[in-house]
Amino acid sequence: MTNHWIDIKNSDCILIMGSNAAENHPISFKYVTAAQQNGATLISVDPRFTRTSSKADIYTALRSGSDIPFLGGMIKYILDNNLYQKDYVALYTNGPFIVDKSFDFKDGLFSGYDPKNRRYDKSQWAFENDKYGVPKMDRSLKDPRCVLQLLKKHYSRYTTQLVSNITGTSEQDLLKVYKTYAATGKTGKAGTIMYAMGWTQHTVGTQNIRTMAIIQLLLGNMGVAGGGVNALRGESNVQGSTDHCLLWHIWPGYLKTPRASDTSLAVYNEKYTPKSNDPQSANWWQNYPKYSVSLLKSFFGENANPGNEFGYSWMPKADDGKVYSWLDIFDEMYNGSIKGFFAWGQNPACSGTNANKTRDAMKNLDWMVNTNIFENETGSFWRGPGTDPAAIKTEVFFLPACVSVEKEGSITNSGRWMQWRYQGPKPLGNSLPDGDIILMLGEKLKELYTKAPGVFSDPILNLKWDYATGGVYDPHKVAREINGYFVQDVTIKGKTYAKGTLVPSFAFLQSDGSTSSANWLYCNSYTEKGNMAARRGQEDAPNEIGLYPEFAWCWPVNRRIIYNRASVDAKGTPWNPDRWVIKWNGEKWVGDVPDGGWPPLETADGFKNPKTKHAFIMQKHGYAQIFGPGLNDGPFPEHYEPLECPVEKNFMNAQRMNPTAPVYGGKADEWATCDPRYPYVGTTYRVVEHWQTGVMTRHQAWLLEMQPQMFVEMSMELGQLKGIKNGDRVKVTSPRGEVEATAIVTKRFRPFKVGGGVVHQVGMPWHFGWEFPKSGMEESANLLTPSTGDPNTRIPETKAFMVNVVKI
Amino acid sequence: MDFTRRQFIQVTGATAAGLAVSGMGFDLKPIKAHAQMLKTEYAKQTTSICPYCAVGCGVIVYTSQKGDGRVIDIEGDPDHVINRGTLCSKGAALSQLSENKLRVTDPMYRAPYSKEWKTVSWDWALTEIAKRVKATRDAAFTRTNAKGQVVNHTTAIASVGSAAMDNEECWIYQALMRSLGLVYLEHQARI
Repeated sequence: MTNHWIDIKNSDCILIMGSNAAENHPISFKYVTAAQQNGATLISVDPRFTRTSSKADIYTALRSGSDIPFLGGMIKYILDNNLYQKDYVALYTNGPFIVDKSFDFKDGLFSGYDPKNRRYDKSQWAFENDKYGVPKMDRSLKDPRCVLQLLKKHYSRYTTQLVSNITGTSEQDLLKVYKTYAATGKTGKAGTIMYAMGWTQHTVGTQNIRTMAIIQLLLGNMGVAGGGVNALRGESNVQGSTDHCLLWHIWPGYLKTPRASDTSLAVYNEKYTPKSNDPQSANWWQNYPKYSVSLLKSFFGENANPGNEFGYSWMPKADDGKVYSWLDIFDEMYNGSIKGFFAWGQNPACSGTNANKTRDAMKNLDWMVNTNIFENETGSFWRGPGTDPAAIKTEVFFLPACVSVEKEGSITNSGRWMQWRYQGPKPLGNSLPDGDIILMLGEKLKELYTKAPGVFSDPILNLKWDYATGGVYDPHKVAREINGYFVQDVTIKGKTYAKGTLVPSFAFLQSDGSTSSANWLYCNSYTEKGNMAARRGQEDAPNEIGLYPEFAWCWPVNRRIIYNRASVDAKGTPWNPDRWVIKWNGEKWVGDVPDGGWPPLETADGFKNPKTKHAFIMQKHGYAQIFGPGLNDGPFPEHYEPLECPVEKNFMNAQRMNPTAPVYGGKADEWATCDPRYPYVGTTYRVVEHWQTGVMTRHQAWLLEMQPQMFVEMSMELGQLKGIKNGDRVKVTSPRGEVEATAIVTKRFRPFKVGGGVVHQVGMPWHFGWEFPKSGMEESANLLTPSTGDPNTRIPETKAFMVNVVKI
Repeated sequence: MDFTRRQFIQVTGATAAGLAVSGMGFDLKPIKAHAQMLKTEYAKQTTSICPYCAVGCGVIVYTSQKGDGRVIDIEGDPDHVINRGTLCSKGAALSQLSENKLRVTDPMYRAPYSKEWKTVSWDWALTEIAKRVKATRDAAFTRTNAKGQVVNHTTAIASVGSAAMDNEECWIYQALMRSLGLVYLEHQARI
């Protein structure tokens, strides 16, 4: 989230789309309700009438997979009716940037498309630079080649008539939503978006979010209280696990995993450190080498020094042009090249798309380590339905992890708040905290590689691994390592920090190896002042917008609303004096931690202030991106149909589906589009009583009693069409598998008028699996979902695919 | 009289147990005496954060300091500025997660072709896992790729998980996996 949970109450208009917050982030709704009590409007857009919809002032439906037309139509509405906040767009966004003539869009493709490799040459989407190498601008936003005018041209095709024909939403409803939300473009008004997997789990997932980000920038909603782009993340610490980069393509703190062609630390740092010739651009990522070197010092401690590039050569490199993502793991495992597997606190047999492929893939493993609280469909795959254990050679080690209340450590919520938690009871039986298990496993490996010769043992032997106190894993030691400390005496601006002192913030990190920090973003979380994540300050900040700056700690440097220097005008006066985030008092910023302490863009006399920096400091040029040339599928979002869709062609352009989305074509990857065997749009979602694949919740009697079985929701019309009554057991099928479910025939789904015809949609939760309840008859919806995903994130398209439903 | 939210809830809880109250100026002594008779007198109180969605609601865990030392109850933390003592059904049921007969409490091993688990010790399990990691890693470790570039990685081992681990655990886990040369490193954030 760019903002945070409590801040939702500050909004004038809340759009919940691609999320069912009342169901899946229930306590957040406290703040939605508070906003409504203050006069805010809640808009719910969802294929199905959900618990969120039941609280909304405005509800309308759209077909799963048609969010870009819906939102693109809103962009057109905002521009046609001049509802955008002009001064904000001119001051803070790249709306004024002039785009090079090489950029074009025709027949559904941007310039630079290579059809053989299904990839774009992004250099075709560059800006026109001045002689200093800084993008040229037209602040009046009139130049036909400026981003704002190109945006207008791009979305001129998104008429309400065409959008309605694609989404199945009535033109009347579209206009109602557009008018209501676009009203937040008025200076001093704030609109917010709460979204989740309903937007990310698509072959156009990243662009779904981009479309909304563009709307928020046009309306001046970024950086203000009650605004922002707010991702409602799905797990208690998925924010933290993402920040610490349990992902192939990034190193802790969102640094890049090096490629084979990054042959040295110098080459690596040079490649990934962006350069700007604009002296007014803070270009904060220019500090990249300070963060990468400090990280390497954390990996290898005293063994990392300038002479060995701080251990850079010990880190694994990814092959250039290759992807090592989730979809690729199970594809390679299916093809037999992956022999060992850690399924650590995760249940891919139920959570991954195309679950049958995943379950078959695991049969090829030599060994698996499954760490979990309960038995589950992954660790026990060898005795799953239709599986003969006598044919499966995989060794499986089940390691019992303790429950969260039995250990100490921190987790980070969706609002970036890092919160410390304490041990209640000791771990049950011989279960252990994950930290203890990981530390011991590391010690065993170091011992093995010390005693016996091994291949390239250096990284393992040199890994800094002193995270125990009294022989037991100590989370405080790791937390201090994550913050970082001075590895030797360092003098900065006349003050000397003694060796071993915790670094106060990432502004103090160095690239010469004199500091270590396991994650620069978390530098400032555990300092000489103490464990900031453990704070429980009850006082709000003077601006009284619910920041609670002394409760827990958030990154970066406890800045609660990021991009907050866009919440003020050029002189530093808040757009909204009643809900101000920061304001300039003549000498410094007060309120939230400012997004950089530099003075406002203009002095009080209205002259450009030479000491200022542009507001969006993490962007190379310093401006928020309406035109986004870094993504794999285009600088402007464009509608493409899902891999499996109910229409023969895309009514928006000549490309049926995303021309850069990965599609796996093995024998386990069957797919079918606009196929009469699978005539209904299928989607997946969750219920409040269960969580994810249900490993934790299905084993609890209270929760299982409330939601005991797999179900599929369908409209009254579809129920009638198929002779299915509420409560009947039915079979839902797709080209990849089938699932038995109890039918819920309901008014919550209505048929869509799409493409001149009628399209039905059904939906299912994905909380179930054969391991429990013992009947084994309640299974995962992911047995149906397809082998494709977003070309930027590779998040699988589990929210829109095609199915059939038949009575059993 | 100033109350913290928690004191208020304790007091009203005791009141509901049957003591008469006449407005806000009542004498706390008899209430305190009654409160001391509640089960939680023997409890250690610790705070934690719910392990489910990412709102990050605060909970208070009451752990018995007598007998089996297990959880008596888990409830919302009134002093947490986000949830203010409220919880959804999953959070409200947390004691059923920690106090659950279906939890696995010893390491287990499934041998090739076997149809059942065997209980084993931690030391045995971790020793055997380390042996297999080394064997699989060393057998096909890639020092240089087909283009002759130095990669120092293994594609024979993959890891998924976990968004349910603490920050500190996540960090040391990725450090260990990367030191082994893994490139197939993923988790819930990807799906």
